[in-house]
Amino acid sequence: MTASVLQQPSGLPTPAGTAPLLRFEQLGKVYPTPAGPYPVLENINFEVNQGEFVCVIGHSGCGKSTLLNMVSGFATPTSGQVLLNGKPIEKPGPDRMVVFQGYALLPWMSAYENVYLGIDSVKPNLPEHEKREIAMEHLEMVGLTAAAEKKITQISGGMKQRVAIARALAIRPDVLILDEPFGALDAITKEELQEELLKIWNTQKCTVLMITHDIDEALFLADRLVMMTNGPAAGIGEILTIDFPRPRSREDIMEDPRYYELRNSALDFLYNRFAHDEDEKAD
Amino acid sequence: MATTPNSSSTLSLWWKRNRQSILPPLLGTLGFLLFWQLSSSLGLTKLTGPLSLWTDERTRELLLYPFYDRGGLDKGLFHHSMSSLGRVAIGYTLAAIVGIGVGIAVGLNKSLDRAFDPLFQFLRMVAPLAWVPIALVLFQRNQPAAIFVIFITSIWPILINTAEGVRQIPQDYRNVALVLQMSSGRFFSKVLIPSALPYIFTGLRISIGLAWLAIIAAEIVMPGTPGIGFFIWDANQNGYVSEIVLGVIWIGAIGLILDRFMAWLQKRISPGQ
Repeated sequence: MTASVLQQPSGLPTPAGTAPLLRFEQLGKVYPTPAGPYPVLENINFEVNQGEFVCVIGHSGCGKSTLLNMVSGFATPTSGQVLLNGKPIEKPGPDRMVVFQGYALLPWMSAYENVYLGIDSVKPNLPEHEKREIAMEHLEMVGLTAAAEKKITQISGGMKQRVAIARALAIRPDVLILDEPFGALDAITKEELQEELLKIWNTQKCTVLMITHDIDEALFLADRLVMMTNGPAAGIGEILTIDFPRPRSREDIMEDPRYYELRNSALDFLYNRFAHDEDEKAD
Repeated sequence: MATTPNSSSTLSLWWKRNRQSILPPLLGTLGFLLFWQLSSSLGLTKLTGPLSLWTDERTRELLLYPFYDRGGLDKGLFHHSMSSLGRVAIGYTLAAIVGIGVGIAVGLNKSLDRAFDPLFQFLRMVAPLAWVPIALVLFQRNQPAAIFVIFITSIWPILINTAEGVRQIPQDYRNVALVLQMSSGRFFSKVLIPSALPYIFTGLRISIGLAWLAIIAAEIVMPGTPGIGFFIWDANQNGYVSEIVLGVIWIGAIGLILDRFMAWLQKRISPGQ
């Protein structure tokens, strides 16, 4: 039914001439457990191009976080590798900035100080006034100019997430990694932040890898949606290409008939084909 | 009329608000003193009652003239206290420096922690008085021995709490430091210290009490020098019971003030954590 937007993940060839920014090669991860080795991920082959917005979806425990941790460098692959600009990723670094699930802001500092600390740590040699300007510019980008001097303990969850995004973008990473960034927020704040993230992504043209549980969120934000099969030994089941024109508006997307096709195929994948059985990933 | 802010209504308003926090401790303390006085007057105990602090001429003089100084050891309680506080300040400062330093090292390094934790847990159980002879053998001189007793008594809560504070730094903060590739100096000043500060202060607050508790033990080893511990020891040697009572109350009062001061400092420096 939606065959035109479905792609087979394995061995996807890149269009000639454009080297991918990020490349997963035969990636696998095995965790040792008391009951013996537990394979979380197996045979992940995937490429992300410069400036792409990629969402990853899958049931909990399918290894989404592990997959992203191998990009950020907090986890190391047991087999295969992840290449950034052709170089294997070995440890965390500011070229792959993470927006953590629990924000990970330093609560004794103000919003501004948190953003500034990021810039100052990554580019200590930048002139002082430039660091300040970059920090303020990014706080403005997420609409926090007025709250810049507020302590993290004094601001709401949505504002914290904004600060975390400002901190991440202020150091101009090659890849922005978001682990369910809006999961803990109420519906309205969530939609606001999705729109802001998209706006910033449009202007900065950074590459985004984002874990989500929310199909609508993924369809609104992403160029491609990676759907993971269930663990153990999870892999990439299918990749949906979401080619709504940009800049996107929620209303326009909702009116597009393809929206429901995409949504249905994602729902079908998650709740019928990979609800809790493992027969389907025989390929 | 009730809304007009005149002095008597603000006073009654203040009383209304604070009655709950003032009356119970006041009544409790008065009740205790009354019980003590009665049991002493009725001869239930040989300990002199609280009124004897006033009726006994020696203690009344000490109460009325805390600042007198007739040279030598014949000084008012203020001077005795200041000598003691000076000793406590030195021992406690040393304990804070060493305790925080070693605590951070132990908190950061698992093998160091495993190597020394049993020793720390053992040493912290040793009573201040037991350290006195050891201190004397170690240092051969009174003053450093007394300071050592204060130091060794008060270091453990600082050390153990600091180590715990460092261990408790959320993994999220460490991950931020990793992804930003912070230098260790920056991690130390921007993440580690602020994050562990509430724990460090808990240790410091427990320890100021212990340092002050150790003062009697510390000053037993230094006869002939002014100090509140020596004052009590001296009164004990001479059998002046009400002087002992006065000294004990005096020590308690100063300990309370020190503790409240640390609590205030903690509130000022790490608010809301």
